[in-house]
Amino acid sequence: MGKGKIVAGCLAPHPPHLVYAENPPQNEPTAEGGWEQLRWGYERLRASLANVEYDAIVVLSPHWQTYVGTHFLGLPHFEGLSVDPVFPNLFRYHYDLNIDVDLTQAIHNEAQASGLSVKLMENPDFRVDYGTIVTGHMFNPTWDKPMVVISSNRSSQYYSVEVMQDMMIELGKVTRKAIEESGKRVVVIASNSLSHRHFTTESEVPEDMSKEHITSHAMHLWDMRMIDYMVKGQSQRILDEMPEFTEQAIAESDGGAFSWLLSALNVPDYPAILHGYGTIIGTGNAIVEWPCHAHEEGME
Amino acid sequence: MSEGKIVASFVVPVHPHTVLAPDQNPGWKRLREAFDQAAQTIRELDADLIVVYSTTWPSVIGHQIQSDPNPEWVMVDHDFHDLGSIPYSFNIDQKFAHAWDDANKARGLQSRCVNYKGFPIDVGSVVALTLLNPDNKIPAVIVSSNVYANRSETTVMAKACLDVVKAQGKKVVAVTAMSLSNRMFTDFIEPSEDKIHSLKDHEWNQKILEFLRQGRLEDVGQLSRTIQRQIRVQKVVAFKPMWWLSAMNGNRNDLTGNVMAYEAIHGAGGAVVHLDPTPSGVGDKEYDEEDIEYFHGERGVLDAVEDIQAEEITPATNQNSGPELWEPTEREGSVNTDSAPKPVGAYPHARRVGNMLYLSGVGPRQPGTNAIPGGPIHDENDEPLDYDIKAQTHAVVENVRRVVEEAGGTMDQVVDVTTFLVDMKRDFSGYNEVWAETLGKVGPTRTTLAIDALPTPIAVEMKVIVHLGE
Repeated sequence: MGKGKIVAGCLAPHPPHLVYAENPPQNEPTAEGGWEQLRWGYERLRASLANVEYDAIVVLSPHWQTYVGTHFLGLPHFEGLSVDPVFPNLFRYHYDLNIDVDLTQAIHNEAQASGLSVKLMENPDFRVDYGTIVTGHMFNPTWDKPMVVISSNRSSQYYSVEVMQDMMIELGKVTRKAIEESGKRVVVIASNSLSHRHFTTESEVPEDMSKEHITSHAMHLWDMRMIDYMVKGQSQRILDEMPEFTEQAIAESDGGAFSWLLSALNVPDYPAILHGYGTIIGTGNAIVEWPCHAHEEGME
Repeated sequence: MSEGKIVASFVVPVHPHTVLAPDQNPGWKRLREAFDQAAQTIRELDADLIVVYSTTWPSVIGHQIQSDPNPEWVMVDHDFHDLGSIPYSFNIDQKFAHAWDDANKARGLQSRCVNYKGFPIDVGSVVALTLLNPDNKIPAVIVSSNVYANRSETTVMAKACLDVVKAQGKKVVAVTAMSLSNRMFTDFIEPSEDKIHSLKDHEWNQKILEFLRQGRLEDVGQLSRTIQRQIRVQKVVAFKPMWWLSAMNGNRNDLTGNVMAYEAIHGAGGAVVHLDPTPSGVGDKEYDEEDIEYFHGERGVLDAVEDIQAEEITPATNQNSGPELWEPTEREGSVNTDSAPKPVGAYPHARRVGNMLYLSGVGPRQPGTNAIPGGPIHDENDEPLDYDIKAQTHAVVENVRRVVEEAGGTMDQVVDVTTFLVDMKRDFSGYNEVWAETLGKVGPTRTTLAIDALPTPIAVEMKVIVHLGE
């Protein structure tokens, strides 16, 4: 068995609006489009990775929130109906996904060995969170790759963003180690937005794009600052500024996915590819790819 | 129809241990026994409805109210999935849910009903209804806890609920599904190791329970922000339920409290508390926050409406300014109430003739303080002031409601309204908007007139006729 590798890392946000706007058969509500800038961004991401072979997708979603340790979906298959508790009018999605249990177990065990509190989720009645499902659909609409699904430990709320980041950097390192030891080719995904101040009202037609914009100039500035760091390969600066960004932009990075991703990618110093940026009910969302396969040792 | 009222309130914990694993820890068992005892109390009260405000159902777009008449699914907790699954099939009072949604909107709130198969009922609501209403005999309603809601919004949301409780004549049990201190252990523990996370958390929990035991619910509500800072992890939903529960009980401090159990659940403070509305005979408010009837805060980001906090738009006017106040007259058929502002002359609030009720002109002044919501239109020197016509109009409608209800009527019996505006050009639009949200939904005939002035520094007054029915 050869050495496994991360072939790409992605920032791939999960607003249910994107699935709603696409009208896939799995989703019950229907829309007249909307949020095209981001949906085109996802198209570009998919096209960029179309010729890159990989075996599994590892995703960390801020909407499986755990306060006691980090959890992993631990059964081979999950299916059911996911209804977004905040936007049930937009997202009622019939999901059917497979888990790479071996890789899950390997990351779980590495994390446990490193001192992190971890648990496998093996209750077959469990409903997969809508963040994982939205990102899963937008990244891979055919659902033809098995996944590893990691919960969002809320240590930023219990302690601080700094503590959260220390834990997520460790989780990122063990994720990378487990992937390398697995011999598999893997895409790792942080399913989160950037600035995260919502509107508190919804327009009568949710996909009315004349109503969509960032909630404030300050949020826009933070989003652009983060994107600038990403496309210039300055990941370490993102980690350095994560506490301020998370607090001032009320960013979804509080869930740890962004820090975990950069750590799993070994804090990349090469430019990321920005595939799209747009707002959803006022929050800032970027679709970004780190093309590891083209930059790291053993590049094809 | 019987009088609608809150017949009991309960504070209950949210975690699934009391349903799935009560035998694994003596404290969890005691909480479960208190739940069972609470369920028995509710049965004996012959309640018509259980209303649950759950802190584990966060919402972003205003408040959400469950309106699926029979939501069914299997709930698995995100953290404690290894304890097992809780199948549920609840009996939701859809009519009440929709009426509450309407009442929320009439009071200026963003609100919506949710009725979708498979909607994930949150763990707090599932635990509360599973244990408090095990046979599903009593219909229930569940409301979310809005992430951005402040005290005024949460309070007004409770008052809107009370509007419906009274209108439908329901005997209601109000429930908050919540932790006291909410800091759990961040590592896995054996059930036998469970305890309150820290001494500080325990001491604050004891202080909260001491107040509740004394029936001082409003005092706990007014300590909410402090409690949130002291013993609460900054999760998305803050320590808001006491605002809601206190408003559901008339913001009182003289309830009869009974702490039925207090124990740790994975480090968090879990308590079952019964608050009986029977006055305890002791206790009064130590200090008061602003009382809010309508929400005028920021809820219109998309439409760029003015960002005005409700607390800021209800300044009290000089209570001694304006004409002398009179006690209402008491001739036969007169209807008067302390909950409406005093007249400025020798007349009653309303007079009943047969099944018709004729109201004297009603303005926005507040009973007791004589304050004018939205501010007066001029100062003592007749210098014009900026004022909020929508807030004034809301207050007029509320005063009308108080008089009508004093007569035993309801707002949907209002048949004719004559409105007087002192500045038609400036105010008609705002007045008309509030009308559409309130009386416009009832459907009385209406005449709107521009006049020179009113006796007090107000911009709007209504003359109302009500048909009280047979």
